[in-house]
Amino acid sequence: MQFKENQTIYLQIAERISDEILLDHYAIGARIPSVREYAALVEVNANTVMRSYEFLQAQGIIFNKRGIGFFVSPDAKHKIKEYRRNEFLKNELPRFFMQLYTLRIPMEEIDSMYRKFIENLTSNLSKQQS
Amino acid sequence: MLQIENLEFSYHKKKSLIFDGINLSIHPGAVYGLLGKNGIGKSTLLYMMSGLMFPHKGSIRLDGVEVRRRLPETLEKIFLVPEEFDLPSISVDAYVRRNSVFYPHFDRRQFDQYLTDFELEKTKNLAKTSMGQKKKYLVSFALATNTPLLLMDEPTNGMDIPSKSQFRKVIASGMNEQKSIIISTHQVRDLENMIDRIVILEGGRLLLDVDTDTVTSQLQFVKGATEADTAEALYKVSTIAGYSAILPNETGNESPLDIEMLFNYAIEKPEEILRTFANPVK
Repeated sequence: MQFKENQTIYLQIAERISDEILLDHYAIGARIPSVREYAALVEVNANTVMRSYEFLQAQGIIFNKRGIGFFVSPDAKHKIKEYRRNEFLKNELPRFFMQLYTLRIPMEEIDSMYRKFIENLTSNLSKQQS
Repeated sequence: MLQIENLEFSYHKKKSLIFDGINLSIHPGAVYGLLGKNGIGKSTLLYMMSGLMFPHKGSIRLDGVEVRRRLPETLEKIFLVPEEFDLPSISVDAYVRRNSVFYPHFDRRQFDQYLTDFELEKTKNLAKTSMGQKKKYLVSFALATNTPLLLMDEPTNGMDIPSKSQFRKVIASGMNEQKSIIISTHQVRDLENMIDRIVILEGGRLLLDVDTDTVTSQLQFVKGATEADTAEALYKVSTIAGYSAILPNETGNESPLDIEMLFNYAIEKPEEILRTFANPVK
């Protein structure tokens, strides 16, 4: 696994598992690999992966059945999106606002660009489907 | 599990002490990274932990028993993978038959799995394999002995690039709550994410003995930062992509640990590191 430079490893692993759940790599209700199996997979120590699992558990994304292992929660996908939405609003949006402010870009300009972006996106998607 | 108390040692009576009062406790369930400059005594410390060398003063006890007594009950709990070693000119199977009897928890199935992980064949003559291959055979055997204490001196030296990744996988899967693994290394990049606790040996003493989680909760490691970002830096180096620096962690957000940078900081500003991690020995 190639790690990013500025995020702590246990959160990066939690993100990776979240992606795998969103991509149905692990189905809802299915058991995810043991801490040790996952540690070997991403080549980090088991204690770090344990922290990732505890974090995901605290977010309600996975749950622990004692003595059996960790399982994907029924509403895992919803919880992941909720967590990412909060993270984006809390951490990334202020940075984006700061850029708008320092570069004096009016919100109206962003608004029209965003509309155009959505238009392109939906028309591309419908082209792909047809 | 392993207790080192007031350890003193010197190679020559008149020369300065190589260890001048070392205290260290090794607890199960953790991978320890033993770091230090060349010739500082990392290998010597590992030899003493395994009963190959004796301290001049102080004690090293495994589960309460002095290691230097070399009792079978002690030696069956320790395995050392030295930096350089020879293997006998016998087959893998003969080696296992001859050596596994000393380790009551040796697991043949595990051993075969590690050989597969390392893509090793069951060679007819271990002596004829390359140094890197020998390392992989011995690491596989060492992990399969399931000794509570596993000591490895520069294990990734001589390993090729794919083997280092395989090594991390094998360590991660061979590790459990009952084991502790102590790895001395200069190749910190090879093992950065494997280490739970960092022990730095410097000037005959332990400069640092701290959990990696504690380090990242107190210190922030940044890369590609600007001059202004790093104005408050405790330590910084200029790179092509801006500054790499260590800052006090004031946000509470953890950043990925850079052991190389931590090591350089510790060696350059020992008083500061001692103050930051006061009471390093539990």
